[in-house]
Amino acid sequence: MAFLEGHALFRNLYCLLAGNLDNTVACSGRGGLLPVGWEWLAFAITAFAITMVLLNVFLVVTMFYTYMERRLLGRFQGRLGPNRAGPFGLLQPVADAIKLLTKESIVPRGTDLLLHNLPPVIMVATVFVTLAILPFGEDTFVANLNVGVLFFLAITSVNALAIFMAGLSSGNRYAVFSGMRAVAQLISYEVPMVLSVVGVILLAGSLSLVEIVEAQRIPFFLLQPLGLFIFVVAISAEMNRTPFDQLEAESEIVAGFHTEYTGMKFGLFYLAEYAAVLTSAAVIVTLFLDGWNGPWLPSPLWFLIKVFFLAFLFIWVRATLPRLRIDQTMAFAWKFLLPLSLLNIFVTATLVLLLGEETATGVALSTGGLWAMAGINSVVALASVLLFARMVHLRTPVHPIPSMQPSPSEVA
Amino acid sequence: MLDDYFRQYALIAIFILGAAMIPVGMLMLSWLASFVRIRPNKPNLVKYDLYECGVQPIGPSHWTQFNFRYYMYALLFVVFDVETVFLYPWAIQYNVLGLLALLEMFVFVLILGIGLVYAWRKRALEWE
Repeated sequence: MAFLEGHALFRNLYCLLAGNLDNTVACSGRGGLLPVGWEWLAFAITAFAITMVLLNVFLVVTMFYTYMERRLLGRFQGRLGPNRAGPFGLLQPVADAIKLLTKESIVPRGTDLLLHNLPPVIMVATVFVTLAILPFGEDTFVANLNVGVLFFLAITSVNALAIFMAGLSSGNRYAVFSGMRAVAQLISYEVPMVLSVVGVILLAGSLSLVEIVEAQRIPFFLLQPLGLFIFVVAISAEMNRTPFDQLEAESEIVAGFHTEYTGMKFGLFYLAEYAAVLTSAAVIVTLFLDGWNGPWLPSPLWFLIKVFFLAFLFIWVRATLPRLRIDQTMAFAWKFLLPLSLLNIFVTATLVLLLGEETATGVALSTGGLWAMAGINSVVALASVLLFARMVHLRTPVHPIPSMQPSPSEVA
Repeated sequence: MLDDYFRQYALIAIFILGAAMIPVGMLMLSWLASFVRIRPNKPNLVKYDLYECGVQPIGPSHWTQFNFRYYMYALLFVVFDVETVFLYPWAIQYNVLGLLALLEMFVFVLILGIGLVYAWRKRALEWE
């Protein structure tokens, strides 16, 4: 089934330790190292081994991703990017890690040490924990949690708390402002993010990420174009990527919540930020892009290709769009994304009833019905985004902020 | 069946433990590096000041004044976050419940939508 039962490495480890005839894991009949009745310990040790292998692989992938992001940003901005350490600069992340590990740790006077040291750990841990529920390939997942989507949403919202703690701990004014902005922005974008997933759940009929992948007879991004758009925008606001990086706007509030962080703690914040891009991309792939499904290639490879494709899109957006003002950021969440996500839910729910056929277990959609729904939903998505943007006047500010420059009449 | 259910949560618990151990381990490694003199530690009175563009900070700064708007957004967030609590179970069971559930949920969201329109008209969503 999962890692434990399906992969020979971990199954053999479990059998070496426990070796009994537990129904879930098929071992040979011989006894293991641990006495009978201690299977739970064998289970715990094996699970810990799985965790460590998975997280360390993920760390290496994240290191490669930071290199990729810096190289691509360089290319987007017409420069080379890091190319000195190792061949093509591939050892740049290693050099960065060594540098951050050996930097002096400077903690300002009057800092609350507990509040200061916890946030980097919480931020990295919450990003890592997302991996526990993701299906990486066919029958390759750590835990098939039946409330997987809720677990992911709950885990990402812990970020707001960690950032607020980091902002308050040192007493730096810029950090406090950043903490305030973080809470406002993260909770505002959480609402459309949570609502945009409802359409997916409606179609899949399950909260488990493993079952959502299996339910995608045609990929959900065709059935839920509006949901995908809202989810991608909201999740890039949740992980503070550039169009929404109000919390670390260096032209306004220095570096935001990590102004007073140095050395490895600062490094952990950046590790969490880059790792969040990969896990968010992985969640989008799972919910909307058909997960690990794909022809010819092995399933984990397909998953990785899709994740890196989305990560590339995130880098592209970062290189292209300028930062929004805080009032634009908040207005976009409440006036634009929230009504659209509500519309998306009801359009999807109505279409399920209209196009579905009555079966013994309730309303179900045939493949033809799904394609009809995909057509209608893409038209609805395009029309509603264009019409709504015109309606709420998001292109021009309704109340222009008085500028410091003299008006043309005064100049003349 | 129930055993498998708890097994998934045990896996999550162990995963959380492992996920917390890696950043803690990195911080410990950095801390240990200061004992073998790889990581410098040269305290200095000015170095431990708060960063404020080169000026000494004045007054208590842990709780500065903040914009009242944040409170409005928090209030709205609570309303719409509670709404999702009702929407999720509805969405899972939707294909069984059918038309009546759709109408009921429409009325429910409509009432909250009126609240959103009210807040909008009262300019609670503006940042002034």
